[in-house]
Amino acid sequence: MRSITPWARVYVVCVALGAVLCAAPVSLAHAPWGAVALFAALCAACERLAVGRFGGSRGYEGPGAAGSGGAGGGPPRWHTPVLLAGAFLLPPAAAALVPLPGALLVRGGERTPWPRRLWRAGQLGIGAWTASRVHWSLGGPEAVESAGFPYALLAAGAAVVAFCLVLAVLDGGILALAERVPVRLAWRGLFVRSLVPVGVHGLAGLMMAVLWRGPYGPLAALLVLLPMWVSWWVFAQYHRERAAHQATIRALVQAVDIKDGYTRGHSERVGQASMMIARELGMDDERVEVLRFAGILHDVGKLGVPTRLLRKDGPLTPEERRVIELHPEYGDEIVRGIGFLGEARSAILHHHERLDGSGYPYGLVGAQIPESARVVAVADAFDAMTSTRSYSRARPVPVALAELERCAGSQFDPVMVRALVRAVGRGDGWHPAVTADSPQSRRVHPPTPPVSGLSSTSPDGVPGPVSRKGAVR
Amino acid sequence: MRRLVHVAAGLLTLLSLTHTLTTGLDDRTVALSFGLLVALGELTRWSGPESREAAPLAAAGALSYALLGETAGRATHHGALQVVAVVLAATLVGCVPHVARGQGPTADHLARRVLTAGFAAVCFQPLYNQGVFEAWGGPAYVLLLVALLGLTSLCDAVLAAALAHSRTGWPFGPLLRDELRATLGIGTAVCATGVVMALAVAVVGLWALPVFSLPLLLTQLSFRRYAAVRATYRQTIASLARATEIAGYTPAGHARRVAVLSRAVGRELGLSEPQLTVLEYAALMHDIGQLSLVDPVPAGATAVLPMEEQRRIALLGGAVVRQTGVAAAVAVVVERQADPYREQPVSARIVRAVNAYEEKVWEAGADGPLRALEELRLGTGRDYQPEVVESLARVLARNGGAVHERIG
Repeated sequence: MRSITPWARVYVVCVALGAVLCAAPVSLAHAPWGAVALFAALCAACERLAVGRFGGSRGYEGPGAAGSGGAGGGPPRWHTPVLLAGAFLLPPAAAALVPLPGALLVRGGERTPWPRRLWRAGQLGIGAWTASRVHWSLGGPEAVESAGFPYALLAAGAAVVAFCLVLAVLDGGILALAERVPVRLAWRGLFVRSLVPVGVHGLAGLMMAVLWRGPYGPLAALLVLLPMWVSWWVFAQYHRERAAHQATIRALVQAVDIKDGYTRGHSERVGQASMMIARELGMDDERVEVLRFAGILHDVGKLGVPTRLLRKDGPLTPEERRVIELHPEYGDEIVRGIGFLGEARSAILHHHERLDGSGYPYGLVGAQIPESARVVAVADAFDAMTSTRSYSRARPVPVALAELERCAGSQFDPVMVRALVRAVGRGDGWHPAVTADSPQSRRVHPPTPPVSGLSSTSPDGVPGPVSRKGAVR
Repeated sequence: MRRLVHVAAGLLTLLSLTHTLTTGLDDRTVALSFGLLVALGELTRWSGPESREAAPLAAAGALSYALLGETAGRATHHGALQVVAVVLAATLVGCVPHVARGQGPTADHLARRVLTAGFAAVCFQPLYNQGVFEAWGGPAYVLLLVALLGLTSLCDAVLAAALAHSRTGWPFGPLLRDELRATLGIGTAVCATGVVMALAVAVVGLWALPVFSLPLLLTQLSFRRYAAVRATYRQTIASLARATEIAGYTPAGHARRVAVLSRAVGRELGLSEPQLTVLEYAALMHDIGQLSLVDPVPAGATAVLPMEEQRRIALLGGAVVRQTGVAAAVAVVVERQADPYREQPVSARIVRAVNAYEEKVWEAGADGPLRALEELRLGTGRDYQPEVVESLARVLARNGGAVHERIG
């Protein structure tokens, strides 16, 4: 959590006080203290185990995702079945006590600051209390006791919905106050996203509660946790593997950087520009992601071009130019085996095609060029113009956009160009954050004369100087 | 060995089918419900290259039916033979769509499912039906079920290792170790689910089946996604490895051949599954350092370069590999591939020897393999570990020069 605003502190303290109020009447409730202690210990143990096993893995414990198990699209935390089983078995005040020791005492990954622990404890306490309250008022405990089944499901379902609702409301508040998410966005989707995963864990919790009260006793209930634990473990593995996979994609790009020094950061920026265009065109998230990969990997074929040629200063001979123009085909060849790229492959192969058919490798015309390739072509040219190259200085963003608009229809798809103009023009503008783009790594080469050759564009599809525009039109 | 297992499974099947057909089904609804569960689990199975238990829900359903003593407080009467018959029939029904897509289960898979369910049922049902456990208290009964399933999964692991051993000819010990390690992972979930379902059905009746299969379906889904991302990850690593080939630094298919052969040699030498993964990734990326060379080495033959140059390329490669997010052990192997073998970790020894072999075969042409092995043997004083070279020779001899192991 970054610097915490005063209002966020007040909010966290209020939530914690709310949890204390929920748990206060516990002495009047004739709570079974042994069961409360056991559940609290279980909850803390689950949390401890999760930290030990999955420690340092950011991503499922983003500040907003704390405990709700939804905000990041991740599953509920591993202790959710225990928490809900406690809510199904214990009186509300006692149920509110269950999550407190774990949330307050167990250290998170590296260092969990006190406000966050307090927040988690308060939020989970209130959530558990609400779930238990709803369950009791519907007569859930009797249904659990007698294993009266369709009805027990109904009561438990209502309790789960209440739990999700409370957590989503509280989560939205902290997102707005501490993370400064705009108010109208803070609550969007929190409740709906958490409903299915928490619901599934709620079923496990219900099973625990029923077995706990059944003739085989608590031991049988504890066995329920094992499959949940394995499921969590696999999920953590999945995330680790996915992160490693993304690092490998980056490594592919960095391998290009090793060969072709001056394009550092170019690939990632093209990925971002492609993503902006795709979003602007209203593509679904999956396609947007594929187009981001297409942008990132569009020049991967340069791995196949001799390093001497890529680093050559000064004019290229026609043969040398032909060799460099093979890079889209090399790129297609390299990523051929990567199944999930799908449409990104055709973008890599065709990102140097032009609408009027004068591009390469196949000279496709207009709609023959795959949509993804038309997106990446615009993004590629835009970034090439707005960053400094060995053959040209960086141009300001408006100048680059004007240049793109001028070549729309002949070289670029006007739809994509308009989408980019809209996306850049809206609010934030163009401030790509690139990991590889630290100040030291961004070497500025002395300007050299523009690359001469048969086509009027530089190797990256940048429209050439105005004097030679005749060939473009 | 394999035939023996198949015959045993076949006999058990025959026996249980005839028995069930002549006496009819006891507790029809229960049998149907569990059959449905097993079929559903089989329907949602996935087929990946490294799935040890592709259908955990089906396995758990079969085990819980084998251990089912009562439903909602009423005792059941099905015997062990009926369990086998129901499980087999449900598995076959669930397999129909997979068979239609040409990805049906193998005979090994069916034999394992039948024998495992049969083992658990034979251990439990006759004793239960005679009322041996009636005097046992709740917790003791739970512990009994857990112990029974522990025993069952042990048998299953031995069975799986034996089947894999006779199918592939890989050494039995490491296979059994890998199977047991896998048992600790998803095997635990399957066993615990089997026990919980049997107990839950005993308490609340058949309602417990849908309620508890949903969480397990979640587990199955996680596994599936994990397998999928693992597969794409391998593909990406392989693509990165192919970059050197397309750049003309190494002959086409070199990285892949070195990876396949290294994996086979590693298996011969008894490396565990995680070690084999490290070995495979390192072998795929061992030439990546050459990307930093301005001009390619002729035919990518690094084994003939001066020592210092080889080390430099290896270090450059290690630097690239460190960025890929694979385990640090992989980068270490890539970095140290050019060291004398006594200073190397075992994976690096394998990569070094196999790489040299591949390059020499590539140069030599027709009688390449024999001559290449001879040259490696001459280099065992310093460069190549004798045991690795001998293991390589055995692998090559066994497969007649061609190595078949699925990777990537």
